[in-house]
Amino acid sequence: MTTKTDLATQVYRVYIKASPEAVWDAITKPEWSERYGYGGRVEYDLRPGGTYRAFASEDMKQARAQMGGAPTPDVIVDGEVVESDPPRRLVQTWRMLMDVGPMAEGFTRLTYEIVETIPGVSKLTLTHELEGAPRLALFLAGGMETEGAGGGWSEVLSDLKTLLETGDSFRG
Amino acid sequence: MTDWSPILRNVTDDDRVFKALADPTRRFLLDRLFERDGRTLTELESDLEMTRFGVMKHLRVLEDANLVVTRRSGREKLHFLNPVPIRLVHDRWIDKYRERQVSALADLKHELEKEDSA
Repeated sequence: MTTKTDLATQVYRVYIKASPEAVWDAITKPEWSERYGYGGRVEYDLRPGGTYRAFASEDMKQARAQMGGAPTPDVIVDGEVVESDPPRRLVQTWRMLMDVGPMAEGFTRLTYEIVETIPGVSKLTLTHELEGAPRLALFLAGGMETEGAGGGWSEVLSDLKTLLETGDSFRG
Repeated sequence: MTDWSPILRNVTDDDRVFKALADPTRRFLLDRLFERDGRTLTELESDLEMTRFGVMKHLRVLEDANLVVTRRSGREKLHFLNPVPIRLVHDRWIDKYRERQVSALADLKHELEKEDSA
């Protein structure tokens, strides 16, 4: 099967019937981040050089324990805020700590851009620069979904859209 | 006329995705980007027996459907595959019917087992 492993940058875009402020909050606030995607709380110090951490949810820890292998660390992603311009633009570094392979690939660069296209509709574009991080790229493109690793950014952003538009995420 | 209804707007978004996918050239372009993302028009054009203008038109349809997102890198315009709309169509249209199929089978099993025990 052909995979997207050799690509260096991934771009995802989704239109959400929500204000840019609501989308911004859903990305940067723990009470929102635990309700969609991989379901962990995030911690953002929203200024250049500020720390970013994402934590494993209890569900994720349990699911991974059942699959066997190494225990899940508390902090599953870390990084640093490069630029924060709420509710329009967030640039940060991003390193996956969940597995040794992607962790060894080090920090990548992630940019969120939010534009209000018509009143109440936001266009969210996520650009992930993944130079030198082929394992992480495969995971984020959803290439390991059949191994139980989830659908990557497509799933996370679809879930975010569902949550903001309906009040329910995929898990209800 | 602008339609502000969220329901009709969503229908329109899905329509664009299905229309964009209903053409073999456009599916070919998506497959090329799936193999390797972030390509220029010149690169994409070299794989097709088609004028540059024709390829541009197809890319435009894909962009309108949000299946392709472009990004400037220096003097080049790079085309990226955006899989999110396909995911949304999958979740909305395919998962739903697969679930019904599965639950129909589950119902059948249930019915047959009921008869067994009767």
